[in-house]
Amino acid sequence: MPGYTLPFEKPIIELEEKLKELESFSETQDIDVSLEIERMQEKIEETRRKVYSELTPWQKVQVARHPLRPYTSDYIEDIATDFVELHGDRLHADDRAIIGGMATIDSHRVMILGTQKGRDTKANLECNFGCAYPEGYRKALRLMKMANKFRIPIVTLIDTPGAFPGVESEERHIAEAIAVNLREMFTLSVPIIVAVIGEGGSGGALGIGVGDRILVLEHAYYSVISPEGCAAILWKDRAFADKASEALRLTANDLIEFGLADEVVPEPFGGAHANREEMSATLKKHLIKHLKAVSKISPDQLLQKRYEKFRAMGLFASGPEGKQKKPEPKAKEPETTQDEGESTQIPESEKQTKDKA
Amino acid sequence: MPFFGKRKYSTGKAKKRDIPDGMWLKCPACTEIIFKRELDAAFGVCPKCEHHFQIDRRMRISLLSEENSFQEWDTDLRSIDSLNFTGLEAYTTKLEENIKKTGEKDAVSCGEAMMGGHRIALGVMDFKFLGASMGSVVGEKITRMFERATEEKLPVLMSCTSGGARMYEGMLSLMQMAKTSGAIARHSQASLPYISLLTHPTMAGVMASFATLGDVIIAEPGALIGFAGARVIKETTQQDLPEGFQKAEFLLEHGLIDMVVPRNELKGEIVKLLDYMNGSSRDQGQ
Ligand SMILES: [Zn+2]
Repeated sequence: MPGYTLPFEKPIIELEEKLKELESFSETQDIDVSLEIERMQEKIEETRRKVYSELTPWQKVQVARHPLRPYTSDYIEDIATDFVELHGDRLHADDRAIIGGMATIDSHRVMILGTQKGRDTKANLECNFGCAYPEGYRKALRLMKMANKFRIPIVTLIDTPGAFPGVESEERHIAEAIAVNLREMFTLSVPIIVAVIGEGGSGGALGIGVGDRILVLEHAYYSVISPEGCAAILWKDRAFADKASEALRLTANDLIEFGLADEVVPEPFGGAHANREEMSATLKKHLIKHLKAVSKISPDQLLQKRYEKFRAMGLFASGPEGKQKKPEPKAKEPETTQDEGESTQIPESEKQTKDKA
Repeated sequence: MPFFGKRKYSTGKAKKRDIPDGMWLKCPACTEIIFKRELDAAFGVCPKCEHHFQIDRRMRISLLSEENSFQEWDTDLRSIDSLNFTGLEAYTTKLEENIKKTGEKDAVSCGEAMMGGHRIALGVMDFKFLGASMGSVVGEKITRMFERATEEKLPVLMSCTSGGARMYEGMLSLMQMAKTSGAIARHSQASLPYISLLTHPTMAGVMASFATLGDVIIAEPGALIGFAGARVIKETTQQDLPEGFQKAEFLLEHGLIDMVVPRNELKGEIVKLLDYMNGSSRDQGQ
């Protein structure tokens, strides 16, 4: 992937070049170096594993922004069948930065929608680099309300640097569009599964991010502000984006630790862009698992639990003792591995609900 | 915390806290020299040109509610450095500085108050405290206020100002947008009125949550209101910004807000609205 090599992937690329040399050597010289080739391949895998298991937060941000990383449309193509795309907000335009429609994931009919990035200049001009205008959020809400009407569960995929900061965006009230989505997503009584698949850029991500389950891909990030923006404000220099990435606690594991996400979806070694097929299969399995679990909850309970889920977010001190409010102990779902079966994990809290019902 | 409840206000006059020290100051709008006491007495409105200065929460509370009627709720909540945020300056240092500077624990005060015969829930944000940024405490207090208002069938008046989410609390602060909006959904479903008052400046994460969710949205003249900052928009789009961009009057023209109301008419206008919107519960109370 020339041109798309991330700085920290250099050791891997160097080994891959050596491997190529070995292969061509064996062809031209007719000497058997199969053992050396095998060793080299092992070494490449080992290095890839090592590099990707030790990614710093800033490196993860770079992986999340990798131009070959699967996008929303890729996942829809890989995961779903019979996708019927729906267009427009019925008010102003059809924003290509948020796409959506009805689709089938195995036996599950869903309304699937997400922020869409482009892989080349032409595509990025169309979808505005994944930065939605107000009409994108209003289209998303229209589709979600329709899903609610027809009792179809909702799946949202998040991959955006943020909502678009522009004059037209402000003139058509981007802030209001996001706020209304936040409020309304608490009133839709069908299951909502949210997956952060790449960049979770602040309010623009949250605008389709209220749900019953929040999944985060292993190398995705979700942040209140871009690392560069944070660095510019707090370090007075965008070059400190790596420091800001660490300080902001924006990785998938950080989100779990602070009780802001439910599950980390593992990525193939070398990141989602290294093996789209495997990534899609993993994401599909996780989506189905959660769709099954959440579909068992009654609509009233679902709304109540969704409210409680977000209600518990935040850490502060209260009372005269300066006692700190700890995050609710999370219903621990087992570390999900790639070869996990179809078993449906019902968190403790829902088991209790089921018992009561 | 009886301290807040017993807090005294001078009769019909504002507390002089937000306006810089010294007897005199220069109005940035008309450059006239103003006598500070005169400015305080006018709740921070320039007597020469009617420029609206930023005012702190205590002055705002005395502007909006009946004298001594404000009883503050949840005064024991304090921000903590959950992320161990290590920038050029530590979050804990910033918090200490701001607590010392303002004599307040965080950027919002919420409680109940009387306003033109209506018992209301009143939340007031204060730009003096860390730019009224929203962290866990701000989100929690506003959420609790809407929950209690829903329970006690009270209308809510939220006086907003903010630079946005509080970066030092990372994603915990972003999620306050969802949390507060969820509480507003329930308040709204109970058919209770919510009036949002936008003061200078109200931006970003606060705008993209509770500030724009009012049944009626009012703004003070000249207030800067928007999602993205002008500098970011210019850098991203290389566009020239239109005249009066993101000002209260611009947003009235573009259909976001219901009215622009000068500070000295605010209370009267809001009471009029409450008389309509809160009619039934007021009648029941009488
Ligand atoms: Zn003046």
